[in-house]
Amino acid sequence: MPVLVFAESANGTFKKSNFEAVSYGARVAALLNTETFVIDFENLSDDVLKSLGDYGATKVYRVTNDALKNFDAGLHAKVLNDVAQKLNATTVIFSFNYSGKAIAPVLAAKMNAGYVAGAIDIPVMEGSTMKIRKNVFSGKAIALYAIHSDNKIIALTPNTVAPEKTENKCSVENLEIAIKATDSKVKVKEVVKASGKITLSDADIVVSAGRGLKGPENWGMVEEMANILGAATACSRPVADIHWRPHEEHVGQTGLTVRPNLYIALGISGAIQHLAGVNGSKVIVVINKDPEAPFFKAADYGIVGDVFEVVPKLNEAFKRFKAGA
Amino acid sequence: MKFLVCISKAPDTTTKIAFTDNNTKFNNDKVVFIVNPYDEWYALVRALELKEKLGGSVTVINVGAADTDAIIRKALAIGADDAVRIDAEPIDAMFVAKQIAEYVKANAYDIVFCGKETIDYNGSEVGGMIAGLLDWGYVSLASSLELNGSIATLNREIAGGHETVEVNIPFVLSAAKGMAEARIPNMRGIMAARTKPVAIVAAVASENYTSILSYELPKEKTGVKLVSADNVGELVSLLHNDAKVI
Repeated sequence: MPVLVFAESANGTFKKSNFEAVSYGARVAALLNTETFVIDFENLSDDVLKSLGDYGATKVYRVTNDALKNFDAGLHAKVLNDVAQKLNATTVIFSFNYSGKAIAPVLAAKMNAGYVAGAIDIPVMEGSTMKIRKNVFSGKAIALYAIHSDNKIIALTPNTVAPEKTENKCSVENLEIAIKATDSKVKVKEVVKASGKITLSDADIVVSAGRGLKGPENWGMVEEMANILGAATACSRPVADIHWRPHEEHVGQTGLTVRPNLYIALGISGAIQHLAGVNGSKVIVVINKDPEAPFFKAADYGIVGDVFEVVPKLNEAFKRFKAGA
Repeated sequence: MKFLVCISKAPDTTTKIAFTDNNTKFNNDKVVFIVNPYDEWYALVRALELKEKLGGSVTVINVGAADTDAIIRKALAIGADDAVRIDAEPIDAMFVAKQIAEYVKANAYDIVFCGKETIDYNGSEVGGMIAGLLDWGYVSLASSLELNGSIATLNREIAGGHETVEVNIPFVLSAAKGMAEARIPNMRGIMAARTKPVAIVAAVASENYTSILSYELPKEKTGVKLVSADNVGELVSLLHNDAKVI
């Protein structure tokens, strides 16, 4: 009974979160003494699909059907359920990203599976029970879950379990799955993506700013820092609420949750709701003129100082570093 | 149009998280419970706005014991017409979804609204599971919703942007920021909520899918290392050499 991994590329290229999910699937498969099959819905080339073998995929099944070009969580779940039945699979792995969050719960209902949404470590088996950790209370605690049902679905939180490379033994095979017109219920009419910008949800470095910037006209130095570091830009809730910055940039309890390797907070005090959206970051740097700002308690590195003085100097230092690196 | 809004009880966002019974239970002591913000601010308010424009009714549904009465009354005070409480302690997301799906099968609704996630277990699960159980369309992380007859147009968040989708009723959505602005109940709403009907419905049986064995708190940060504002080069060096993140 193989482990299935759903891998969705970014415009035809696999990225770190895909490698993490495949490598994770391979480690779950090793626990269950079985194989790791990746499922592709995008009709990608053999070479691109085979690259997933570097992370432990033993086979990639390419489901070729034009209906799957239209993202519909219900349709994707229906097809994955059919694939699981055809391949006799009882465990399915997703990345806990936009698509995984949409498809996995629908599939859990269809497969009658126990589902852990947002796992942060490799599971442990105890008989047929799978034990696995996930963040709860917006990162303020960790819970140890048990999945009791025979069918199991796990969505892995990005940037929590590093992918491991292995010898590539991967092959690619096509798989026919019948789709009826009535299986597709949600039709995508238009896709709008900011071009040329680094996507906030999977950025390695995030430069974020808050009310300490005093006005939207002062964001030049924030964007400059992001450009130098190859980072995405983010903001605190008040800044999005007063429309200094677009809502897509709002990180925090009611906005986006980010888990970059480096989170740099400029002029953000660090309210508990903001911390809930960023506390999974590996390293946090806080620059704030108020030494009592609560954010310093959650930070790894800090500078107490006026952002208008510190940030331009820091940008020059980052530039020198990048020029020398 | 008949709208059903799923609401969950969640600890207030400023709650200090602690556990009891050898770290196997969440410590409810002195915790203020609220309507899960995504359910209230976005799902419920958008359902009310559409009802005000197009007519129909808004029912809120909660799976919980009698202690959820306060959050049900809050939702009624904001403007829901009536409420249903499935009388059971929620075990996990699938348990909740099964209860709601069974209720929907017996009572025709056009749209089931959920929040995009609860702020306690952060799973983003219940909406998708209801859709899967009912075999209805599902639109996750929706930031807008317009209705034109039986066709709904929604924006949903995707990596690096959004997409516009169309779906016929009936369907399920999970609501994210942008869908509506939070409403504060007024005195008339609070008074009216006291007498609005709340139906108590017995739970249906469900398998045991998942359970929580124990909780732990994340490792505390070892403390911030402060760098002088006059020596920003030191920060660059620390991020490169010690933290190895640039």
